[in-house]
Amino acid sequence: MILLELFLSFLEIGAVSFGGGYAMIPLIMEKVTAHGWMSEEDFLNIVAVAESTPGPIAINAATFIGSSQAGFLGALCATVGVVLPALIIILLIAAIVRNLIKYKPVQAFLAGLRPCIVGLIISTGFLLLLKNLIGISSVPGVIDSGIRPDFRGIVILALLVAANFAFWLSTHKKRKFPPILMIIFAAILGMLLY
Amino acid sequence: MKKMLSLFLSFLKIGAFTFGGGYAMIALIENEFVSKKKWISQEEFLDMTAIAESTPGPIAVNSATYIGYVTGGVPGALISTFGVCLPSFVLIYLISLFFDKFLALTLVSKAFKGIQACVIYLILSAGFKLFKGMKKDPVTIVIFSAVVAGMLAVSLFSLNFSTIYFILISGTVGIAVYVCSLIKAHGKEKK
Repeated sequence: MILLELFLSFLEIGAVSFGGGYAMIPLIMEKVTAHGWMSEEDFLNIVAVAESTPGPIAINAATFIGSSQAGFLGALCATVGVVLPALIIILLIAAIVRNLIKYKPVQAFLAGLRPCIVGLIISTGFLLLLKNLIGISSVPGVIDSGIRPDFRGIVILALLVAANFAFWLSTHKKRKFPPILMIIFAAILGMLLY
Repeated sequence: MKKMLSLFLSFLKIGAFTFGGGYAMIALIENEFVSKKKWISQEEFLDMTAIAESTPGPIAVNSATYIGYVTGGVPGALISTFGVCLPSFVLIYLISLFFDKFLALTLVSKAFKGIQACVIYLILSAGFKLFKGMKKDPVTIVIFSAVVAGMLAVSLFSLNFSTIYFILISGTVGIAVYVCSLIKAHGKEKK
């Protein structure tokens, strides 16, 4: 039953995604590819749409993935699933234990989580780089058929890094290129190069 | 009733106009509820931010639920959360209906090939920004390195190990380190 599967998958994501925003991307990507709901490439498109529209990335991704798998009801089940744990947990904290996060063991738990979240995000970015741009998806795969890099993608990535660096210098090291402008710039480069 | 409507509309507005997710939203919430409406104090707002950041789930949803509850009980929490999610839901649902057709256009699919490279960049730069702000002591460095090595191994060798385990194990390590430090301190006291 696809609706229940969507609901439970996103419920699980909502319950363990400490840190919000980009911290949810590794979890969502894992679920989506494990269920065969979409390819990594499709998932990257969704992250781009989520980044270029208002609202939390998690809600945007849940709605999009739900809708792509099972229409309106799918979107509803996935979104309710991803929101529900947060809603319940925050209600419990606000109503009963407002100083829960001030307890030492809870702080210790969170302190252990923080480097983990950073590691998850960096390794997910790095794996996506390896798979989509360099062409290494698994060690046995490389041994079997070698590496097929996407040179145009690598050029685009290099240009983005350069543009961001130039923007950062020109604003006296104060501002980064806003993500939405980066996406537009990358879209233009994609149209020109591919 | 008027307060409920006001909560709903405020969070609808916050949900509709914040690009860039969580942290952008926190600034808007501060402006709306602390500076303008004065429904919650600065101190309570800081508590809320800490809680929203340390609990699972999108920061926007966590903040909406918390502020909704503080100003209007459980109904307030529900209506605020509904308000903050509604704009994304409607907009993304509409986009998802046309996205495949849109992507079928050659020029658009080329644009999205470029955008995919950009998203990889955005994820990596979000990761590095967090890494820069991370407290770097031996324990955090070990957890960080173990998670990165584990994630790469799991993916490159197609092993069966859920990302959730990394999260739960790291939290447990955090508690274990805390317990060890307690035992150590206790031992010193005895001497």
